Amino acid sequence: MGNKQTVFTHEQLEAYQDCTFFTRKEIMRLFYRYQDLAPQLVPLDYTSCPDVKVPYELIGSMPELKDNPFRQRIAQVFSEDGDGHMTLDNFLDMFSVMSEMAPRDLKAYYAFKIYDFNNDGYICAWDLEQTVTKLTRGELSAEEVSLVCEKVLDEADGDHDGRLSLEDFQNMILRAPDFLSTFHIRI
Amino acid sequence: GDTSGRRPSQKQAPRAEGAAGRRGAQPGRKEPASGSPRPGSSQRKQAERRRQREELGEQGQSSAERTFEGRRKRDGRASLKEQRAPPKKEKEVPRKEEMWKRPKKHRSPSLASSASGGGSLSEEELARILEQVEDRKKLIATMRNKPWPMTKKLRELREAQEFVEKYEGALGKGKGKRLYAYRTLVAKKWVKFKRDFDNFKTQCIPWEMKIKDIESHFGSSVASYFIFLRWMYGVNLVLFGLIFGLVIIPEVLMGMPYGSIPRKTVPRAEEEKAMDFSVLWDFEGYIKYSALFYGYYNNQRTIGWLRYRLPMAYFMVGVSVFGYSLMIVIRSMASNSQGSASNGESTNFTFSFKMFTSWDYLIGNSETADNKYASITTSFKESIVDEQESNKEENIHLTRFLRVLANFLIICCLCGSGYLIYFVVKRSQEFSKMQNVSWYERNEVEIVMSLLGMFCPPLFETIAALENYHPRIGLKWQLGRIFALFLGNLYTFLLALMDDVHLKLSNEETIKNITHWTLFNYYNSSGWNESVPRPPLHPADVPRGSCWETAVGIEFMRLTVSDMLVTYITILLGDFLRACFVRFMNYCWCWDLEAGFPSYAEFDISGNVLGLIFNQGMIWMGSFYAPGLVGINVLRLLTSMYFQCWAVMSSNVPHERVFKASRSNNFYMGLLLLVLFLSLLPVAYTIMSLPPSFDCGPFRGNLLQEACLDSSRRRPASTIFQDYGTTGGSLSSCRLAIYYLNSVSKSLSRANAQLRKKIQALREVEKSHKSVKGRKTAQDSEDTAKDASNATQLQLTKDGTTLHRASQNETPDKKAQDPGTSSSASGTTLPASRHLSIARPPGARPDSGPARPQTHPWRSASGKSAQRPPH
Repeated sequence: MGNKQTVFTHEQLEAYQDCTFFTRKEIMRLFYRYQDLAPQLVPLDYTSCPDVKVPYELIGSMPELKDNPFRQRIAQVFSEDGDGHMTLDNFLDMFSVMSEMAPRDLKAYYAFKIYDFNNDGYICAWDLEQTVTKLTRGELSAEEVSLVCEKVLDEADGDHDGRLSLEDFQNMILRAPDFLSTFHIRI
Repeated sequence: GDTSGRRPSQKQAPRAEGAAGRRGAQPGRKEPASGSPRPGSSQRKQAERRRQREELGEQGQSSAERTFEGRRKRDGRASLKEQRAPPKKEKEVPRKEEMWKRPKKHRSPSLASSASGGGSLSEEELARILEQVEDRKKLIATMRNKPWPMTKKLRELREAQEFVEKYEGALGKGKGKRLYAYRTLVAKKWVKFKRDFDNFKTQCIPWEMKIKDIESHFGSSVASYFIFLRWMYGVNLVLFGLIFGLVIIPEVLMGMPYGSIPRKTVPRAEEEKAMDFSVLWDFEGYIKYSALFYGYYNNQRTIGWLRYRLPMAYFMVGVSVFGYSLMIVIRSMASNSQGSASNGESTNFTFSFKMFTSWDYLIGNSETADNKYASITTSFKESIVDEQESNKEENIHLTRFLRVLANFLIICCLCGSGYLIYFVVKRSQEFSKMQNVSWYERNEVEIVMSLLGMFCPPLFETIAALENYHPRIGLKWQLGRIFALFLGNLYTFLLALMDDVHLKLSNEETIKNITHWTLFNYYNSSGWNESVPRPPLHPADVPRGSCWETAVGIEFMRLTVSDMLVTYITILLGDFLRACFVRFMNYCWCWDLEAGFPSYAEFDISGNVLGLIFNQGMIWMGSFYAPGLVGINVLRLLTSMYFQCWAVMSSNVPHERVFKASRSNNFYMGLLLLVLFLSLLPVAYTIMSLPPSFDCGPFRGNLLQEACLDSSRRRPASTIFQDYGTTGGSLSSCRLAIYYLNSVSKSLSRANAQLRKKIQALREVEKSHKSVKGRKTAQDSEDTAKDASNATQLQLTKDGTTLHRASQNETPDKKAQDPGTSSSASGTTLPASRHLSIARPPGARPDSGPARPQTHPWRSASGKSAQRPPH
């Protein structure tokens, strides 16, 4: 069965299928996408698990990500050291979470991490400001931005501590009708 | 006896072999699937050493913890506080890792000792191993749902698989053992088969890449139309299979051939023109007398050597087309509504939703992204303005007046278009009686209907600008108005058609007499040698009635084809040529064409979806009288998939006004259901109340029940339908309603449970706030620590309640383990609460740490896992 392609062993493919939401074909497609990003860097043989990282500049220039205002955050969250450089495993992880089949809770967990710009485990007012600025490309005035942040905290902060915990965020995002359809990248 | 002797060797073997296998030599037995086999012996040695260290530490800890077995929960919280004291994260990470691993490492020596020393495994140990193996299996199955980095997932997966591989064989005794091994083998094969099948299935979904392309260029709203189109194509393919497989192919293979009887022969008068293209294009001539239409079918009870009951099959297929469509529409509606369980409280989170869900991650095109940025900015501004002045003072009288005026104008438009169609259909009936009419006069109905469909929606939009509604409400109104227009047009068309049918029916009696008279004269005419039997009259010469069913079928066929052509021509002229003009004339024009007036066209989602829905309505209505209509429709959908994909990619620009796809999906389905009912009505009415033609179609004379009932109970069709039709119809509609309501109630009850949980959580938060305040005076706790404890307590109580509710009818020993599982469950969601797993007594449930973390955060899984019986 696995004789035709030699990128992965059969066991590796099976394990990847267990760990992601992808079928064999999709994993191969993702691998080739990954390989295309840096053809001279990424070997065509992954049976011995080479330790290769593709720099963020290449990851962020993928057509799927290049117009996303949060692309840097996404890459940082899914990379191992938080610097945005990704191994193939990170790459598969990212698109698995972003795939259609991933459950709401998994997506919510990673969405929280993405919107948590300073990595302190909470979405605070500063994180919210960053989010609004990125979403609107800074076209809102400072008062408007602060008003919006205030409103968001007012709505979603369940325990009134002035910032959103993961719990608050999940509470809010699980009710969002569009979250599943928008937090999703097809590849 | 012999089992105990064999077991240790079995257990030692895999480990040794596994070690040998990793060095390179491929072992004979199947190695557990490993994502990243770690070569290099030094690493392994380190791991070995660490394991030893852990075992040593474990003994001390486990003995200490065994004393606390009764008060596990409190113990957990106490140790949580202890663990929180060192706040340094870097230090904790490796410890955490060890904590994750420890339970597993702890177990293996105890198992080995019991296996080798005790001779045979005791019952409870067996049960425990079995449970662990089951847990591992579940872990393997849900591995992809874990929020872990891939390396960790791979490692956990490998360990779990090794564990399962190793201990699976040790379970069971004697015959039971072999049975167990067999069962696991079958289960493994089944999982593999399922995965292969899923792989195969995803490959079979057509146009995935095309739709993905569109999605990344235009966002999810435009793609939703194409997904809808694909769904429609699937439904039509099934209908096509039903009709072709059960009606058309049997008729072609086994029925009487063309030219054998009058209904299957072109009449003498039409014969010389029957093959002209202009005649064929109008579905007259040879096409009219083919298996594509109702009139071709013979009313023999059975056909062919199979004794196939074609009339009955025809009737049942007609019914099942509607039945299947109803079922599939309601099913997809129900599954859609399950997805959006709690949209009732979306008003509470306007800003939060705008902030966190407004960006469509699918967008992969800078132009679309620009539009999206702009629309997000405007929507933020809008809601800020709404927030700031919620009670805006405007000239309410003027607004009211304008709205009334707009509605009045639109009603005028609707009435006018209805009258126009009625007038045109009436006129076409006069034309049909005349000879040599022009092309325009022949196709007037279709042209007028298409033109109305083309020009009325923009007119409505212009009028709607008067009303000054919020865009989203305005869009709903617009959809409703276009729907009313299409519906009105369709029903006017039907009423006019019905008039025509009644006219034909009234003539039928005289034609019947003429036919009889002709045949009678032909056979009894004088001047023929009486001794020789006369050859039968050639079927083309027999005078025949104007089979109204075929006429209706032809009308629908022509409407469908002209609709298709108009759609394509509109796309070609309106979109493609306009795009070409804008693109190439922009170099030599006085103003900027791309940004200025003509610009590029947007993809009209609502219009296209409504067009598709009404087209489907026509198919449903016409398919009884023209079985070939579904085939035409399948072709139409197939071509329009490719054509529209090309057109949208080549000549359209993304939307400025964002139209959310997810919420409107059920709206489309609801419209489709309405259209289905509305198209069911006229068909049911014609079948029930109008007598079938005497000389065409599968139903003999006046009695439809020939098709499905035995002839001894011969009654007029209408009474039969009153008896069987009403009861059957009401029964089936009741069942459908029950199905739909059931699925809706399921989603509602889920929402209800969520709400209850939320209330519980709120209460807990309040309580813990109080207690924390009380404690604050005594001990000086850090802010972060407080929050973490709040959150974890919240998590704990939440888990407790869910598990409690789910496991009400479970064995008590399961309940006893709940604190342990829930504490470990919260470990994945909150980094601070991860340390809870330390406090877990390993004796009670050694592996619940790694196996259970999925129980809480992935709520969907929690119900199932909690209700699973303990082994």
